[in-house]
Amino acid sequence: MKMIAKRTERSLTLYLSGELDHHAAKDAMAEIDRNLDAALPLRTELELSQLTFMDSSGIAVVLRLYKRMQNLGGSLRLTHVPAQALRVLRTAGIDRIVTIEEGEKKS
Amino acid sequence: MNLNNMMQLDFLSKSSNEGFARVAVAAFAAQLDPTLEEIGDVKTAVSEAVTNAIVHAYPNAIGRIRIRARLYEDNLLEIVVRDWGTGIADVEQARQPLFTTGGEERSGMGFTIMESFMDALRVRSQVGKGTTVTMKRRIAVRGGELR
Repeated sequence: MKMIAKRTERSLTLYLSGELDHHAAKDAMAEIDRNLDAALPLRTELELSQLTFMDSSGIAVVLRLYKRMQNLGGSLRLTHVPAQALRVLRTAGIDRIVTIEEGEKKS
Repeated sequence: MNLNNMMQLDFLSKSSNEGFARVAVAAFAAQLDPTLEEIGDVKTAVSEAVTNAIVHAYPNAIGRIRIRARLYEDNLLEIVVRDWGTGIADVEQARQPLFTTGGEERSGMGFTIMESFMDALRVRSQVGKGTTVTMKRRIAVRGGELR
């Protein structure tokens, strides 16, 4: 798992690549916290086009990020969500509370 | 039911083995010529079962986890994930969506995902003895196309 953050004004984009499983979840949460604390964003985008695998550990990571954005009075979007991760998120009903934009990234 | 192939894997309950375990099972299942979605489902289910064993069976220790995968006729894949850890007192409760004893790092969706991504799921557990999770998935036979 690797995370790159880009900030503009009060918008934050987090590019998550690699595999998000239980092994990677703790680091992912810590890194998300660091970035949110530094940026205090009103809009956060979690860009997942380079995510190769996600299991239920990713659900916990997304839910935590969602709650933190609610506390900041901001919004969260998941973009370019690959099919495998989308299936996991939908099984947990995350698509009912977080905006999810699926599909391949257009170059 | 005729057994066509089988493999067995023993490894320590370290989280760094989660990726290894799901990739090993996926590589073994590849001989059934699964679609990307099918292989994604199998990898996800294995990841959930192995993570459960790492987090819950051996909470304060490193123990042994065993995976057995068998291929039966009609493209049936059976995966057994076994541990010799603490065991689950109430399996019914553990299988409920959102139930977790794992804290905020866990979502409580592991068994729900195993159930929806596989065709069958059986959980047998004895407190102090360990847990055995058996999952089955039939891989669709795709034929008739020239390759």
